[in-house]
Amino acid sequence: MRLIINKTVLILSTLAAVLGIVFLFWILLTLTIKGISAINLHIFTADLVDNGLRNLIVGQFTLALIAVVIGVPIGMVAGIYLQEYSFGNKYAEFIRNLSDVMMSAPSIVIGTFVYAIIVNPVGHVNGWAGAIALAIMMIPIVVRTTDDMLGLVPTELREAGVAIGAPKYKVIFNIIIKAAKVGIMTGILLAFARIVGETAPLLFTSGNSEYFTMDLNSEFPSLTVAIYNLATMPDEKLVNLAWAGAFLLTLFVLIINLIGRFVTKEKKR
Amino acid sequence: MESLFKKISSLSATTILLILTSIFVVLFIYAKPAMAEYGIKFLTDPRWGVEVKVDSVNTQNNQNQTPVVTETVNDNDNIAVDDEDVAVDDENDFGDENDFGDDDDEIVVSDEGNIDENSNVKTIYGGLVPIVGTILSTIIAMFFAVPIAMGIAIFLSEIAPEFIAKPVGIAIELLAAIPSIIYGMWGLFYFGPIVSKVFGGGSVSLLVAGLVLAIMIVPFMASLTRDSMNTTPAVLKESAYAMGATKFEVIKDVVFPYAKKGIIGSMILALGRALGETMAVAFVIGGVFTFPEKITDPTVSIPVVLANSFAESQGLSLSALFYLALILFVISFFVISFAKFYFLRDKK
Repeated sequence: MRLIINKTVLILSTLAAVLGIVFLFWILLTLTIKGISAINLHIFTADLVDNGLRNLIVGQFTLALIAVVIGVPIGMVAGIYLQEYSFGNKYAEFIRNLSDVMMSAPSIVIGTFVYAIIVNPVGHVNGWAGAIALAIMMIPIVVRTTDDMLGLVPTELREAGVAIGAPKYKVIFNIIIKAAKVGIMTGILLAFARIVGETAPLLFTSGNSEYFTMDLNSEFPSLTVAIYNLATMPDEKLVNLAWAGAFLLTLFVLIINLIGRFVTKEKKR
Repeated sequence: MESLFKKISSLSATTILLILTSIFVVLFIYAKPAMAEYGIKFLTDPRWGVEVKVDSVNTQNNQNQTPVVTETVNDNDNIAVDDEDVAVDDENDFGDENDFGDDDDEIVVSDEGNIDENSNVKTIYGGLVPIVGTILSTIIAMFFAVPIAMGIAIFLSEIAPEFIAKPVGIAIELLAAIPSIIYGMWGLFYFGPIVSKVFGGGSVSLLVAGLVLAIMIVPFMASLTRDSMNTTPAVLKESAYAMGATKFEVIKDVVFPYAKKGIIGSMILALGRALGETMAVAFVIGGVFTFPEKITDPTVSIPVVLANSFAESQGLSLSALFYLALILFVISFFVISFAKFYFLRDKK
């Protein structure tokens, strides 16, 4: 009897695993088939107004890069505080937990928040609002990575730095950050991959634009928002365009994740 | 220089606290008009954008007073509108363009309400339908996701040999990284029609939304659960095997008790994710303000209301949306902090 139960459970959980994997590969398969059949040179050279994706791809990257420029310094310095300056006090522990909670906060709520503080006073959607919403999403991820990676740096390195008379910030920047460089860079890369696929915080902050623009004060083209709008259109051609965008986005996110995984593995060796 | 940097670093750490509190405060301020108007009844009122006649004296003097409500005629109107929406959903097998159409209808209704406010007609916004929709879709998602994620985790950590467990584990983690909008799109075009063939109903429904959510959180839950199951010391498992325990008994009596906190914590984190998920649900839930009578009926959830109606709203309806956002934020904040502080505290 015990053996039968054992067999049943093992078979069931293997089946669950197979089922899960089948579903997940089904998604990737349909995405790849639909995406590749819709991709051609035209979508990289034309803007949305001419049934292309150029302005959207550029726009999405611009927003995410600005978010990196805003979010990474704040996140990194906060992470440095948690690991190097707090000496494990209650406040740091509180901030650490809070940052973890913020990491899982619903992204749409962050969108409404940015709408309230930026879009509403300004009066129209604009690129800055989108970038700031993404930056808010990014900060806790960077905090976590920096915190974790600095924690891996051996204390002896810090002591050696302090022993030769260097001030603490120099020790941090010249020794500790250098030692944890690969890990932090990987973390930032993964954070970038995560925010570049975000839609909900952009819906009513940066909106979407059909034209190529670099003006962050006006509505800004975004690939994910465009996918959402295009996929619900009745026109088959536009839906295919959405599939092409979805495929490119997924491909990019997966490649970055693979690179990040590869780099961390190399380092561990 | 040293002290300056120290100040800057502690300031940045405080930024996190600042952002979180200001999210709460700002949402609260924007939600204030709706709170003053509807109070706690907002949570139990199923009407959204419904015009009701009010006693004219009350509207002119102040809005806080509870209006005398005679709602029969207009309520019927709204039901008619909703029926129409459902009809459109059913007609259209792919259920593609109608989401937006529906919401435009709703907005038109609500805008008229705002204009007419002085002429004895007031628009009522209640959050019950999206709140129920959010909770139901999350329950459905958890119902399907938990067993499958547990199965995958057991398979990866206890059953599969190393050369299978490793690539499959990586694949699962990669799938957790796919943007949620992809899941939604796939659900709308491929999964929804299949579900509607099997279970009946439209290709956008509460059931489809719950299932798509389940598929989305499975990789996340499975990889977290596997990680905490892997922390079980091999010595413990080996001694159980040495006593003659079967694999299932080892999993049930050694691995689960040891990794219990981590496993429950990962479930709650996945729950928090499902609660606040927008894009995967927005495609497939239908966006209709009606209670789902059957599981295959379309309805709406809080994030989807926000995503669909936010940009076009103003005045009281915008405030009501902020009220909903605040509710969502507070709920998910507590769910996630509960998971973090209670179950995942020792994990550093």
